[in-house]
Amino acid sequence: MPSPAFQPADVDAQLPLPPATFHILMAVTDEDRHGYGIIQDVMARTDGELRLSAGTLYRSIQRMLEQGLIVEPRRRPAPALDDERRRYYSITPFGTAVARAEMRRLTQLVRLARARGLTPESA
Amino acid sequence: MRFYRALLRLYPASFRAEYGDELYAVFVVRRAGAHGVFGAIATMLIAFADIVPSALAVHWDILRQDLRYTLRALRQSPGFAMTAVLVVALGVGANTAAFSVADFVLIRPLPFPEPDRLVRLWEQTPGYQMELSPGNYKDWKAGAKSFESMGAYVSSAVNLTGSGEPRRIQASRVTFDLLSTLGVKPYSGRGFVAADTVDGRAIVISYDLWQTQFGREPTVLGKRVDLDGSPYTIIGVMPPDFHYPSRSIQLWRTLQFAASDLVTRNDNYVDVVGRLRHGATLEQARAELGVIATRLERQFPVENEKTGAAAELLSNQLSERTRLLLLALCGASLCILLLACANLANLLLARAVSRERELAVRAALGAGRERIVRQIVTESTVLSAMGGFAGVLVAIAAVPGLTKLVPNSLPIGQQPSVDLRVLLFAGALVVLTGLAFSVLPAMQAAGASGLAGLRDGVRAGGGVKQRVRSVLVVVEVMASVVLLISSGLLVRAMWRLQAIDPGFHSANVVTLSTALPWPKYEDPRSRERFYTKVLGDVRGLPGVQSAAYVGHLPMAMRGGIWPVITRGASESIRSASTTASLRFTTPQFFSTLQIPLLQGRDVDETDTNGKPNAAVVSESFVKRYWPNEQPIGKQFKFVMRDRVVVGVVGDVRVRGLEQTSEPQVYLPYNQIDSAWLNWYTPKDLVIRSTMPLTTLLPAVRRIIHEADPLQPISDVRTMDEIVANETASRLAQLRILMILAAVALVLSAVGIHGLLSFTVSRRSREIGVRMALGAESAQVRRMVLREGFVLAVAGILPGAAIAYGAGRGMEALLAGVKPGDTVTFATAIILCGATTVLGCIRPAVRASRVDPMTAIRAE
Repeated sequence: MPSPAFQPADVDAQLPLPPATFHILMAVTDEDRHGYGIIQDVMARTDGELRLSAGTLYRSIQRMLEQGLIVEPRRRPAPALDDERRRYYSITPFGTAVARAEMRRLTQLVRLARARGLTPESA
Repeated sequence: MRFYRALLRLYPASFRAEYGDELYAVFVVRRAGAHGVFGAIATMLIAFADIVPSALAVHWDILRQDLRYTLRALRQSPGFAMTAVLVVALGVGANTAAFSVADFVLIRPLPFPEPDRLVRLWEQTPGYQMELSPGNYKDWKAGAKSFESMGAYVSSAVNLTGSGEPRRIQASRVTFDLLSTLGVKPYSGRGFVAADTVDGRAIVISYDLWQTQFGREPTVLGKRVDLDGSPYTIIGVMPPDFHYPSRSIQLWRTLQFAASDLVTRNDNYVDVVGRLRHGATLEQARAELGVIATRLERQFPVENEKTGAAAELLSNQLSERTRLLLLALCGASLCILLLACANLANLLLARAVSRERELAVRAALGAGRERIVRQIVTESTVLSAMGGFAGVLVAIAAVPGLTKLVPNSLPIGQQPSVDLRVLLFAGALVVLTGLAFSVLPAMQAAGASGLAGLRDGVRAGGGVKQRVRSVLVVVEVMASVVLLISSGLLVRAMWRLQAIDPGFHSANVVTLSTALPWPKYEDPRSRERFYTKVLGDVRGLPGVQSAAYVGHLPMAMRGGIWPVITRGASESIRSASTTASLRFTTPQFFSTLQIPLLQGRDVDETDTNGKPNAAVVSESFVKRYWPNEQPIGKQFKFVMRDRVVVGVVGDVRVRGLEQTSEPQVYLPYNQIDSAWLNWYTPKDLVIRSTMPLTTLLPAVRRIIHEADPLQPISDVRTMDEIVANETASRLAQLRILMILAAVALVLSAVGIHGLLSFTVSRRSREIGVRMALGAESAQVRRMVLREGFVLAVAGILPGAAIAYGAGRGMEALLAGVKPGDTVTFATAIILCGATTVLGCIRPAVRASRVDPMTAIRAE
């Protein structure tokens, strides 16, 4: 396995992730999506609870591109599924590593809370 | 849809180019999903609430990026950054400080309501503008209808006893309506009313005195204090910013003229302020007072001979010299600000030229013109802001130093503070300069023409910029020549003044003041006892060579002018050529100040009332009245009595170094008889001693305490200080001007050096080719030096012309030095030339060392 082009410290520097960034990473984990596709995916996964606004989305995308969390892939989806006018985004190995690290951080946080006897259900 | 397109304009162009269409597409889908008018409106509102904060956030992201980039870029060229910041700091700081002080003194309205209606009144005689006599004051006040009210005051000091150490305090006697004429209400208690003048025992104190002497006691109202041994009651405290007639006044008593005072019309000692009636103009008031004065001259043809009226706005009573001093300073600091801007522009242009390639590369790599310009704007703003901030620090540090230029005689507060408006103005000028000279070249570099820079490497291009830079350097040289010559002229004036012989020797003379209060010392015998005891003991101290008491020290008091009537001369008493200054003195005054006794004798203890009235006169007095005659024994009428000349002494510059003084008459202290001469009673002790002040002073204090334990001592100074004080404000101004001139010189040298080094490095290929073709290195050196020389001459010539104009403008400050003084001009031009040469040497040497092979191969 080739060694990744980034250091663990680079990953940690990104944490904690803003919620919108984490959601966008999740949306492009399994397939490349365009902006509106991301918005729809986030909405579907959260049962309509989180509606990313276009402004928030594209500002996040701009920063994530700069940070190297996502890229615009050269290869496009199969012609039948492709929307020519749209720009697609896919997750990078660095993006995956950051998403995993954030997950670990959150899990640990939840575990700590549970150990203290906190439960999500209200008493 | 158009609405959304418009909203998208809020984003930076670069972001819009990248994501505008995407955003728009999302909006289209959303809009299609909305139903009805309300749905459409809701979509638009949501879009608005989304785009505005998001656009702001994107701008903020870019700003942070640009700031990071800027700091990195500035760290990479620390020399450039430091110079730019320093230049801006000096320009903004010097300018702000100078204008703050000038504004404080010259422009700021007086701290009274409707100050434009307040007018100072004077009696005008040929050659003199003087205070009013009580009689004329009464008639002017009664007759002038253009005034709503009129008040008068007479300033004098009092001894405050009864609360702590006896203290000498500057005080003013004011008519009961003066404070209301000025329009100022007390901070607490009440002001004077007519009834207060009946016994004259009410006083109003300053806020400052209330703090220092009475510890801010709220119960101070109604408190009894002793002034000159008589009881007074405090009825009011004035507000903190009330200083009238001058900053030093701490206490006000009432002034009431007795019927006998009102009879005299040629004893001028009343200062008068009037408040114009609403709608009345200064011109009307002057005309009306003129009519009254003419009437009074007819009525009292002897005493009011040739006596007119003068009226001047209270805000306009600054001396011409102070005004010029400040204006010169402002001019100089404006020069520095211009110089700073020129220098900053120069630095930025040089940087722009050297970055042409970098910018062109970035533009070619797809950074939009907008992003590049934005980056440059951030950079120049950061530079200007850093410079501006440092400038504020410079201004804050400089203002207290400039306070020395604020004359003490103004009715305004102590400390000018940094003026925000001036600061903003100077800051804005610098920011604009910064923007103009960084953004325009950047736009050019990032635009189409910039690609040429890519192709041609770094040697070509920048022709226009180079010319602009040359012009800027010329301006810098010009400004520094103006500053050099102006300060040179003032230095010469200063030397000339310091070389003026005041007529006495101030070294080793200590003075202090013990003003003997009346009525305690109204009896001449009690005064004589005091003087005899103090002088006898002081003269007995080891190291003391002589000591005397005199009414007023020369230069410390410039007035005391009386008409002289000689036998055979006309009875005219109101003209400049027939007056002399008056001092009452004890023996040894002349020997203490080493004023030469030319003929006859000193005043003597035996010159008492009942004996012939003796007078010692100055040399110019004799020259005026009895040229080529034996003056001893001559008689003249002066200060109400016939006097006989017993001695002749050298002339003294009683009015100060810069003014011509009237002849002087000294009268024996034992021949004061009238109560209203008490202002002239000797109060200044002068001691010539070889003892250091620190040992002499305690001994003298002890002696005075023994003579009268309640007698305060004030104004301890050396005679040297009094003479130095004559030139103090000049000296302060001169120091500042010289610093500014030095800064200007350095800046222009830096400018020339920078420009030439740059030219040399850009032309190294051309120089290399020249040398390959056989040019000697000396020739190359000459070529560079010639360029510097042309720049210097182009700056020096107009600079000298402007400096001559400036010199003409401040001729009153030059103490007789010609505005076109050859020595000053020559020195300044040589100095400037030499600095230019210094700035040229390094580039010239570098040019001559260019290796033809390397220079050509580098391309």
